[in-house]
Amino acid sequence: MTEFIQPNLLPALPEIVMLAMACLVLVVDLFLPQERRGLTLFLTILTLVLTALAVIEVAPADSVSSFGGSFILDQLAVTLKLATLLVVVLVFVYSRDYLVDHDIYKGEYYVLGLFATLGMMIMISAHSFLLIYLGLELLSLSLYAMIAFNRNSLSASESAMKYFVLGAMASGLLLYGISIFYGISGTLDLNQLAAVASSKIEQYPIPMAFALTFIVVGLAFKLGAVPFHMWLPDVYQGAPTSVTLFIGTAPKIAGFAMTMRLLVDGLGGLQLDWSQMLIALSVLSLAIGNIIAIAQTNFKRMLAYSTISHVGFILLGILSGTANGFASAMFYTITYVITASVAFGVLLLLSRKGTEAENITDLSGLNDTSPWHAAMLAIAMFSMAGVPPTVGFYAKLSVLQSVVQVHLVWLAVFAVLFSVIGLFYYLRIIKVMYFDKPGEDQVTTIQQAIDVKILLSANGLSLLGLGIFPSALMGYCILAFS
Amino acid sequence: MYADWPLLSLVIWTPIIGGILVLFVGDERPGAVRKIALLVSILTFLLTLPLYSEFNSDSYLMQFVERSSWIPAFNIEYFVGIDGISMPLILLTSFTTVVVVISAWEVIQYRVSQYMAAFLIMEGFMIGTFSALDSILFYIFFEAMLIPMFLIIGIWGGANRIYATLKFFLYTFIGSVLTLVALIYMYTKSGSFAILDFHNLPLSMTEQVLIFLAFLVAFAVKVPMWPVHTWLPDAHVEAPTGGSVILAAIMLKIGGYGFLRFSLPITPDASAELDWLIITMSLTAVVYIGFVALVQRDMKKLIAYSSIAHMGFVTLGFFIVFRIMAGDGGDQGSILALEGGMVQMVSHGFISGAMFLCVGVMYDRMHSREIADYGGVVNTMPMFAAFMVFFAMANAGLPGTSGFVGEFMVILASFKASFWIAFLAATTLILGAAYTLWMVKRVIFGEVANDNVKALTDINKREFLFLGILAVAVLVLGLWPDPLVDVMHPTIENLLKHITISKL
Repeated sequence: MTEFIQPNLLPALPEIVMLAMACLVLVVDLFLPQERRGLTLFLTILTLVLTALAVIEVAPADSVSSFGGSFILDQLAVTLKLATLLVVVLVFVYSRDYLVDHDIYKGEYYVLGLFATLGMMIMISAHSFLLIYLGLELLSLSLYAMIAFNRNSLSASESAMKYFVLGAMASGLLLYGISIFYGISGTLDLNQLAAVASSKIEQYPIPMAFALTFIVVGLAFKLGAVPFHMWLPDVYQGAPTSVTLFIGTAPKIAGFAMTMRLLVDGLGGLQLDWSQMLIALSVLSLAIGNIIAIAQTNFKRMLAYSTISHVGFILLGILSGTANGFASAMFYTITYVITASVAFGVLLLLSRKGTEAENITDLSGLNDTSPWHAAMLAIAMFSMAGVPPTVGFYAKLSVLQSVVQVHLVWLAVFAVLFSVIGLFYYLRIIKVMYFDKPGEDQVTTIQQAIDVKILLSANGLSLLGLGIFPSALMGYCILAFS
Repeated sequence: MYADWPLLSLVIWTPIIGGILVLFVGDERPGAVRKIALLVSILTFLLTLPLYSEFNSDSYLMQFVERSSWIPAFNIEYFVGIDGISMPLILLTSFTTVVVVISAWEVIQYRVSQYMAAFLIMEGFMIGTFSALDSILFYIFFEAMLIPMFLIIGIWGGANRIYATLKFFLYTFIGSVLTLVALIYMYTKSGSFAILDFHNLPLSMTEQVLIFLAFLVAFAVKVPMWPVHTWLPDAHVEAPTGGSVILAAIMLKIGGYGFLRFSLPITPDASAELDWLIITMSLTAVVYIGFVALVQRDMKKLIAYSSIAHMGFVTLGFFIVFRIMAGDGGDQGSILALEGGMVQMVSHGFISGAMFLCVGVMYDRMHSREIADYGGVVNTMPMFAAFMVFFAMANAGLPGTSGFVGEFMVILASFKASFWIAFLAATTLILGAAYTLWMVKRVIFGEVANDNVKALTDINKREFLFLGILAVAVLVLGLWPDPLVDVMHPTIENLLKHITISKL
């Protein structure tokens, strides 16, 4: 009979803090009248800040694992968790006015958001198949509910349904792959799997390839890589913009972490196989994402396709299979998420009572009505397009560098040519803002609280700041894989 | 006295910071905006003067070097410095920006602060491009300068501005992305992004050809060379006057500069192998585009095409070198060709800028660029007519003006390579004169064509000022090009040495 060993809870302190606080927020919110709802937001932000402090507090010099090896806290986890928490703070602050205007300013939004964040934190630290799956489901279930949160909106319900069905299918595929690996190796732990994977591949080549394919497909679904991207545009468009902002940002970081844990930590021995698959996924994502984005008239949909193309770039970094490439992909993910928060943040401010600002034409003449926001959105667009001196350029440069390093020059050429195609639709946004005149029924002034203005400005200018001084963040990314 | 100053950084960042400052002063105070912008541009110009006066023209080494680590992960450095090729172009940039700020004084009334800020920030980026010695730094400045130009054409441009500005941005961007891949490739081979390290990097013929082609796409679009020139007439026609001036006077030069800084020294063998391609493209530009210019009805379009033809001389001068060396033209001929191309670049900066300003002066009064709407302008604007005729003569390559010097040097050098190349190049003397003077004849001379022309008023003091200083510059460079040629001589000699040593 095995003895029950008390696991070391310290590495999981941030998650514990977050769980406790989330429950507290849930209870406190019950007793708050609608006009005091601000307290919920305050407590939510406090939760995130406390969690971030806990992450910094327990950050180890090296890496610590706990819960029998299924939970790991290393440099990668610390950096990604801090980035996630930061972005979630931005999301909650940006979306407040939108929620008030659309009568969905409810405590449940924040509680669900906190649980989703908890799911992401678990995904980032998970080091066994089981825990990865648990984190993923905690995130996904919270997101399904958040998308359907505005129950008066038909399109939101439709996209929640779509996301639920497709998300469940993706989880199923992932589980199927996991179960085959479990059958072959007899372990759920990623370290033990890594130890036996390369020897088992000799023994069971077909089942291993089979399982790997299911895992990669599941990941591609969650990341939104072509040809498993179908849910992304519909969900982005149908969800309330505040939720789109949430889905479009922080979960990408968690998705990146999950990909790294599964493919690199667990199945690093099969790198030759999965990097071939990722090449196909990334080439398709770059091509389809960029080309279809051109045809969009809905800004949220356009950003969805743009996300797909950025996923293509992130995969480029991962598929190179070098520490350098992983670090670039990580840098790309974090900076993309920061950039996307600016874009969605400005869009949120443009939405007013009863109307959703979501079409590209809603941005016409923004430079006349609100030059500051136009400038922030323009920086975000240039950054997504990869035009220096914004951070998007540096992110692309580092990814391309890692691809060229492993002698895939053609892939780099392909990627840059398609980013030129991508440039077109980003420029169109700038054209609409700067060269067109505002329409009759357009919002003339953007009203916003001072905290939103400060955060959005800092967020937008950070794209320039990180573009000119990328070294610090890049240093953390490199540290995560050294 | 300037030895300890980070002069180049000052010259790069003063206009950028000044531009941001102007942006924050805001459109509500146009008067203050104009004054600050002028002050910043003059200050920048004054700061560039020591680059000339303190320049050691006996050395080919990089001067005013500043070097510090920037992004250690990829060994990217903040590495700037100038030699005899880049220094004259930096002076040209800071000089032209002053002229542009003056020329926009009363003309631009819509969003003055954004306009001035765009030009100042762009000045910083352009100077940065010329002085960057780290290739990523170069690339960042090279691309970043597209943003202000994109906005300038798109916001203050003519009726068809959106098409023109998108075309401009996409053309230039698609040209340059392949360069980025080439730079990264060389980084993985050499472990450094420094341009000077690339100069000494051994590369096989296949590598050289591919890298050369990647550079060619980027710089040929920028110059622009036939057949990738089509964005230029559109952009010029739609851009506001200031935009046209910067585009013609500086931005095109960055393409030519790129050939000298990247293509020739990094891929000398591929350049020698593919020189026929560049020479053919250049001669086509000179002859064919010359004919195209002849039939234009829009003055700005005509000048735009004439720019393409003149820039054809620049690229011809740079690549005819291989033919001269293959024959027995010797080093003297090669140096003459390279220096001729450089002189042509600087001179074209003055002349094309002046021509666009002349059209701008007329456009501000008549709101038309059609040649047919004019006629007999000399009767109502005699002072202006004098300037216009002078610049037109310079554009046609009249001896005594700067337009003559560069073309003459290149044609002379071409004779050492091949009679027929020289012959074709020399047709520009006829074609250039034909299209420029014919336009002047129709616009300036003759009877007063209509009531609009009759109502014209002659140039005011401000317009006299900027046309006057350009006229002096054209004349001085035409009569006494030695100061320019002397500073670049050691650098050109060293460049030639680099070209002749095979990397294989």
